[in-house]
Amino acid sequence: MMEEVKEGASALSVHGHNVKVTEALKDGDALTFLIVSEKLSGTGEYHVHRTYEDLEWLQHNLFSQEDVPGIQGVIFPPLPARPQVNPPAKAVKQLGVLALGEWQPYCRALETFLQQVASHGTLCKNKAVETFLTDADPPGKQRARRNLFNRLSQAVEELRKEGHKDVDEFFHAERGRNAVATGGAKNAAERFLDVVLTQQKIAVACGHFSAALHLCVEPGEDPDKQAFSKLCVKLSEVFESMKKNMMNVAENNVNTLGLGLDLESRYQEAEREMLFRRTCKMVEVENARRNAERAKPVKKAAMEEVKRATEDEFGHISKVAKDEVARFQGSRVQMLQRALVRWCEQQLLTARQSAEQLSQHLQAVRALGPRPA
Amino acid sequence: MADAANPPPLQTDFQELEDGEDLFPEPSATQESGPASLPAQDISTNSNGPKQDSLFDDDPDDLFAEATEEVSLDSPERDVLLSDGPSPAITPITPPTCVIGPHIGHDDLFTHSSFDEIEEEEGGDSFDIHISVSDPEKVGDGMNAFMAYKVTTKTSMSVFKRNEFSVKRRFSDFLGLHSKLASKYLHIGYIVPPAPEKSIVGMTKVKVGKEDQSSNEFVEKRRSALERYLMRTVKHPVLLKDPDVLQFLESSDLPRAVSTQALSSAGLLRMVNKAADAVNKMTIKMNESDAWFEEKQQHFENLDVQLRKLHGSVEALVCHRKELSVNTAQFAKSAAMLGNSEDHTALSRALSQLAEVEEKIDQLHQDQANADFYLFSELLGDYVRLITAVKGVFDHRMKTWQKWQDAQMLLQKKREAEAKLQFTNKPDKLQQAKEEIKELEMKVQQGERDFEQVSKTIRKEVSRFEKERVKDFKTIIIKYLESLVQTQQQLIKYWEAFLPEAKAIS
Repeated sequence: MMEEVKEGASALSVHGHNVKVTEALKDGDALTFLIVSEKLSGTGEYHVHRTYEDLEWLQHNLFSQEDVPGIQGVIFPPLPARPQVNPPAKAVKQLGVLALGEWQPYCRALETFLQQVASHGTLCKNKAVETFLTDADPPGKQRARRNLFNRLSQAVEELRKEGHKDVDEFFHAERGRNAVATGGAKNAAERFLDVVLTQQKIAVACGHFSAALHLCVEPGEDPDKQAFSKLCVKLSEVFESMKKNMMNVAENNVNTLGLGLDLESRYQEAEREMLFRRTCKMVEVENARRNAERAKPVKKAAMEEVKRATEDEFGHISKVAKDEVARFQGSRVQMLQRALVRWCEQQLLTARQSAEQLSQHLQAVRALGPRPA
Repeated sequence: MADAANPPPLQTDFQELEDGEDLFPEPSATQESGPASLPAQDISTNSNGPKQDSLFDDDPDDLFAEATEEVSLDSPERDVLLSDGPSPAITPITPPTCVIGPHIGHDDLFTHSSFDEIEEEEGGDSFDIHISVSDPEKVGDGMNAFMAYKVTTKTSMSVFKRNEFSVKRRFSDFLGLHSKLASKYLHIGYIVPPAPEKSIVGMTKVKVGKEDQSSNEFVEKRRSALERYLMRTVKHPVLLKDPDVLQFLESSDLPRAVSTQALSSAGLLRMVNKAADAVNKMTIKMNESDAWFEEKQQHFENLDVQLRKLHGSVEALVCHRKELSVNTAQFAKSAAMLGNSEDHTALSRALSQLAEVEEKIDQLHQDQANADFYLFSELLGDYVRLITAVKGVFDHRMKTWQKWQDAQMLLQKKREAEAKLQFTNKPDKLQQAKEEIKELEMKVQQGERDFEQVSKTIRKEVSRFEKERVKDFKTIIIKYLESLVQTQQQLIKYWEAFLPEAKAIS
């Protein structure tokens, strides 16, 4: 989703844009992912096994880059929620569409995450990324510290800062837009998931009906019984076709628009967190200015220094943020377009296949004697 | 009051008798019962000849006078409501021997028609009749309101006076028709198609005036069921020519069928208890000499189980489809909201188009759910109910056999008694015994004839059923497939229209 780093300035020894997550392996209650990256030199690939803990380690490292100016202005590519082999209901809800399809959609989402991290101009320079993608050994297991950069999930008193009036018209507008978009995307993703789940139920019901029809086949020489049995068998085939069609439709939904809406939802959330960090810094600036103003002469110089540093940081953050927002807006449109086009193409293909099959069934039934009343 | 063509020599008493209970007290009075023991008032006490005319009348002891709730699909036995008003035609119990010509009007007595020959006549006048039930119209207000349906018949068959005609009928009229047909034909082995089910809840909503989707659906479901019921009835070559059927279809005035009103809870309770009793007592052990019947009965038992299972499956499917329709509509709304709040023009447009496509797809889901329902669910439901009627017919055969056997046993006893009387000096009693024996011999012969006739009729009916079943299912399957194909083609159109919109985002 983010633009690719120029070859010459690459901090990685692998291509970032085509990192693949090829497999999800169950190991008891945990999942291990097989991640494949192509060497820049063209001499081969890295194959590494990583767990979710390893991903958290990577994310933690990215968040901890305090030496990078304006790092808080980065919209961090969102990591999907933790996958569990037998997830409780709450976890299933959180994962949404990613919990379906035997973890294949989840792998796609992880791929996207890694590709975005590896292609991000600033983030890819973090050594953790290289280690994560290329090191045969899993990176160290670090306990996830209190995440400085996901402030929105923290103390309630911090949240009221979210509504704090902005000094910059651009960000004022962007915050407004983001607030609406976050809710809208989440809602759309959830409604779409409901559709998919119902489609799966229909597929199962068609399967049951198809099986039940087989029980209606009657043995014997009687021509009427044979005719009826043939009809039952034919109808059973029809419902089996319907089942497969519905499963394909559901799968298409998940793999294209489902993933797209899920990503959009999580990305809007990531932007929201970035904007909040900036807002918090903005509040810090205001406080620093106030402190500097009211400071007693003894403390004045120190307060002025703090004020200046804070203003600097805020400046960096805002600059980075502006760039990030522009890039984000551009790439999300691209992403959604791709998702919508692929969705439509796949559904069109499935519909054509299904129409063809059903027509054949119809011809076959018509050909069965006797002529209908 | 009770009447017969010739006054019987012995006083007869009308009582409701349970099967197997006191079937032949002296004097003899016989009872015919439906599968759940709702007895017809049968006066078959003639000592003359095979013709047993009967008129149905009110029995003061009839506990069922007020009970009319038809039992639903899930009950163990289905009540057959038998008519308790006079029928316009006299009903034959055994088919008499003469031919009925195609020009005999409705009011002619049926007594001299041969059913066998009616069916052969059928070949001459090809089956060409189409009945539609339409234009449901609410008549009246409040709890006395009812729906009136227009019944239109289009036909070229000569048994009808005109080629195209319509009448207004209400639901109880249909029940009344079925009731009459059942009382005339079930016990001689004809599979009379069951009438659609009553629904107090559904109808109350309509009466109370709730003009919402569920009451509209209810009316449509009922309308469709009534149409299928009539078509199934007229497809039967014998029923088609029944005067009650003809009157139902043609006559602008129809006497109100009063016995079909919704019942009181006390009545319902009595009826349920009676039905339960009847089921318990109906274990007639018949010496089945004909393997065909044994096999067929088993076959219908199996079919019943399978169809119920299928019906359950389809109901689940219909339910999920409706759910899909609701979810699709909600997704469409959420997509529309996304489109509205989107700044990027082309993306916004595409999202709005997406919402529209999803709305259209929602409509397709609804249409599909209707197809699932009206084609399969209702067909399977009809057949489950039909099989209950089939089982009832088999039961009637058993009862007919029982009657014959009982008459034989009684005859045997009387002969033994007569033999003993030979050695006593009681000429009067001996004479009486001889007379009774003569009567009983007639009865036994009649019983045997009845049994053979009903067996023959059932064989024919079952064969007809199997043929009709194939036709029905095939027709429905074709309709269903056509609707599926159409849905897919429509879907293809929608996707083809959306694709350029999606590609245009950049």
